[in-house]
Amino acid sequence: MSDIAARVNKIVIEHLGVDADKVIESANFIDDLGADSLDTVELVMAFEEEFSVEIPDDAAETIRTVGDAVAFISKKSA
Amino acid sequence: MFDLSGRTALVTGASGGIGGAIARALHAQGAVVSLSGTREAALQQLADELGSRVHVFPCNLADKTALDGLIASAETAMGGLDILVNNAGVTRDNLFIRMKDEEWDQVLRVNLDSAFYLTRAAVKNMMRRRFGRVIFITSVVGSMGNPGQANYAASKAAISAMAKSVGQEVASRNITLNCIAPGFIQTPMTDVLNEKQTEAMLQRIPAGRYGTPDEVASTAVFLASNEAAYVTGQTVHVNGGMIMI
Ligand SMILES: NC(=O)c1ccc[n+]([C@@H]2O[C@H](COP(=O)([O-])OP(=O)(O)OC[C@H]3O[C@@H](n4cnc5c(N)ncnc54)[C@H](OP(=O)(O)O)[C@@H]3O)[C@@H](O)[C@H]2O)c1
Repeated sequence: MSDIAARVNKIVIEHLGVDADKVIESANFIDDLGADSLDTVELVMAFEEEFSVEIPDDAAETIRTVGDAVAFISKKSA
Repeated sequence: MFDLSGRTALVTGASGGIGGAIARALHAQGAVVSLSGTREAALQQLADELGSRVHVFPCNLADKTALDGLIASAETAMGGLDILVNNAGVTRDNLFIRMKDEEWDQVLRVNLDSAFYLTRAAVKNMMRRRFGRVIFITSVVGSMGNPGQANYAASKAAISAMAKSVGQEVASRNITLNCIAPGFIQTPMTDVLNEKQTEAMLQRIPAGRYGTPDEVASTAVFLASNEAAYVTGQTVHVNGGMIMI
């Protein structure tokens, strides 16, 4: 697992209080991990802080899964 | 009870009657306070009176660019923002059919739009910290209506609907949003009424007198406190019995 993926997973696990084995690449924050819409906003805020990147609102809407988040951040911080 | 030590607060309209009293009261309970308004000298005078734990941020709330930086400045100076008091407000009274576009715009911009922008910026970081208290100073006329104040009454009623909606969104993050609706309070805003108007007003107030800014401030202290954690989306009416709802 890349460093980015590991850090993303850690944030998701802590924030949503879910088991680590559920946090797989294809896991959808809302459908699979029980997040509500406010949680998704907070996750994006937490990613912004952790990786010092800015995630504009229209991009944030496309980040639905753990994999989406890792891909977006990898692209941004490349 | 109602200890605010270690809490940080921003009060808009702190150069005015009610805002000044709220700033003093929050400060007296131990909070660090940031004072905002357009009249810098009046803000500085209050800051001097309070001595320590106080910051001054002049800002014209009708100016979107100036307003955009206010929350960030206060957060930086105080190391966070736990309590936001949206108190600044203006009236531009006129009969509805005579009301100018500018009178409508100015009142909605200062009273409502600024409350939206400031609250949005503040709540974002309150969510991170899992604590927040937002207090809006509305008015009895937001519930009653008042001839000559269609713009003002609309702005105040809109704020309470906004507070209820946001209150539902962020309640799980320990953030509360409440309104205080004063009736007639002795301040520069009501000093402009003539004797006949004052007489007519007093007829409608069961307590038989105007309220004082301190009587609004004590309600703000309660809503800002840990003790008020389970109160959200509400309007507390401070009006000497003028309306009872
Ligand atoms: N007095 C009452 O009977 C009564 C009743 C119901 C509700 N209220 C509400 O209570 C709140 C405080 O009013 P008050 O009675 O204390 O009146 P006030 O003494 O006239 O104070 C109004 C405050 O709003 C600030 N303000 C006005 N326009 C502003 C702008 N463009 N940018 C930034 N600040 C601005 C003023 O700051 P500067 O002077 O520095 O510009 C002042 O500090 C208002 O929201 C009012 O609607 C009052």
